[in-house]
Amino acid sequence: MTATEAIATVGLPGAPVKKTPKTGAKNRKLLLTLNIVSVVAGVLLWWALSLAGFRLPTPVAVVERAGSLVASGTLLTDISASLTRVLIGFALGTLVAIPVGFLMGWYTIARGLIEPWVQFFRTIPPLAIIPLAIVLMGIGEEPKIFVIFLAAFFACVISTFQGVVNVDRTLINAARVLGSKDGGIFLRVVVPASTPFILVGMRVGLGASWSTLVAAELIAAQQGLGFRMQQAQMYYDLPTIFVGLITIGILGLLMDRVLLFAERKLTGWQERR
Amino acid sequence: MTASFTGAAQGIDARISVQGITKTFDLGGEQFVALDNVSLDIADNEFVTVVGPSGCGKSTLMNLLAGLDEPTSGKAVVDGKVVTGPGPDRGVIFQQYALFPWLTVRKNVEFGLKTAGLGAKKRREKAEHFIEMVGLSEFADALPKMLSGGMKQRCAIARAYAVDPTILLMDEPFGALDALTRVKLQEQLLDTWSQDKRTVVFITHDVDEAVFLANRVVVMAARPGRIFDIVDVDLPYPRTEEMRLSPEFTALRNRVWHSVYHQNTGTSAVSTPSILTA
Ligand SMILES: Nc1ncnc2c1ncn2[C@@H]1O[C@H](COP(=O)(O)OP(=O)(O)OP(=O)(O)O)[C@@H](O)[C@H]1O
Ligand SMILES: [Mg+2]
Repeated sequence: MTATEAIATVGLPGAPVKKTPKTGAKNRKLLLTLNIVSVVAGVLLWWALSLAGFRLPTPVAVVERAGSLVASGTLLTDISASLTRVLIGFALGTLVAIPVGFLMGWYTIARGLIEPWVQFFRTIPPLAIIPLAIVLMGIGEEPKIFVIFLAAFFACVISTFQGVVNVDRTLINAARVLGSKDGGIFLRVVVPASTPFILVGMRVGLGASWSTLVAAELIAAQQGLGFRMQQAQMYYDLPTIFVGLITIGILGLLMDRVLLFAERKLTGWQERR
Repeated sequence: MTASFTGAAQGIDARISVQGITKTFDLGGEQFVALDNVSLDIADNEFVTVVGPSGCGKSTLMNLLAGLDEPTSGKAVVDGKVVTGPGPDRGVIFQQYALFPWLTVRKNVEFGLKTAGLGAKKRREKAEHFIEMVGLSEFADALPKMLSGGMKQRCAIARAYAVDPTILLMDEPFGALDALTRVKLQEQLLDTWSQDKRTVVFITHDVDEAVFLANRVVVMAARPGRIFDIVDVDLPYPRTEEMRLSPEFTALRNRVWHSVYHQNTGTSAVSTPSILTA
């Protein structure tokens, strides 16, 4: 056998190995079926409970209320008010967190100066800032966006920092011997290597923003899903509360899925074990 | 007596000169001596292999030559200049592949070329050539996670070759390869080495490989890390498969083997020539 053949033998792992796609697909189908069964059963149980005299609106009543809220435009106004706040606060928080996290991970001086503040303030739930924010900023959009900003910022800054600190030294060394200087190492090694951490931070941050938002709206707002539920509470309007809750759940889930998708796309290179 | 073994090259002008390097690591207050007063001269275009038990400081020595770490005392001199950092003259192949996991094989190989400022077309051509050389053409667009250990190592080799360094520092580059690929790449390495006039420092665990490739085999010992023995390999190049079976090769192999694996039982193998016939 010649050496070239040897290489060829080694290089090609035989015929493209079937990586048991059948069982994978089967499994997924089974899971999906179970998911649907579970949801349907849950709704039926809810229905049964409401008919059995528990103080719950029936699913039909909730759907009807959803329909009327959509028709009157209230639901859409609320959704857009809530989403606008969350997205602005989240975007600002992330935009500030990423460079700050990089600074902390890359420069010891920055880390030393910033870390105590981050460590301290991240232990305060953003909601606890609301009274202060309202006093300082009034009851407009600013205090709400500000607390969402905080929620997103702290989730993301810590994980970005962790990402930079955890970059494999060997990879940095490899870049150095291939001629990279500090700037190149940062852009071509540190940034991609910490992307998975940043995306995890963003997902956590988005979750935190969303829950903070709803709570913020419960306290002070003229519009939004949280506000709508707060109003409904005063009139014992259970269907509207249900519509609010379900909408919040669905929107939160959708946003999480979008980020999860981005995560898969951007960090698919990771070896999963 | 063995601790001060110095390996001066035969010639006067050394390409690489390790001058009394000591490297200690701080292990929670305790000082661990990884390299103890190591001196070694390597001539231009020389092929030196380094063998020794695990933990004897081979990788540490290579890091110092690469400029990735600083010696505690002593210095490494390359082309008359004290090493203070990495340079394009020295290519490194790491023991742990060190491929960028987010880049395809092709992009990994192009990494250094991009740093060097080559245009996209030139980069691609060059990368293509070296990827083919290591037999990874079919995997040029695969991510490292899809490669086997041996394929990753071959990608790392291509990446180091691509920037065309005149000194190659290789840390067990063929360690993860199967026997056939290993032989193939050994021959290729010797080919490119004799064509391109490179100076090679090649770390390995494999005594056979050490003798087959080298002008000189440096045998190190551990605790503290030091040069234990240096064996000149007076076999002509090109080295062939038949040579591996020759009595001369066997004798050298035995000699190095003895130096590596019987470090406790005696002094340097230089003083016990009877081993040559063992
Ligand atoms: N950064 C470090 N901090 C502390 N100790 C270290 C460090 N790097 C290496 N050492 C120690 O120095 C010694 C030599 O390590 P080195 O990696 O150079 O060995 P080696 O000869 O390459 O071994 P192997 O053949 O297993 O690769 C080891 O005992 C190791 O624990
Ligand atoms: Mg090593």
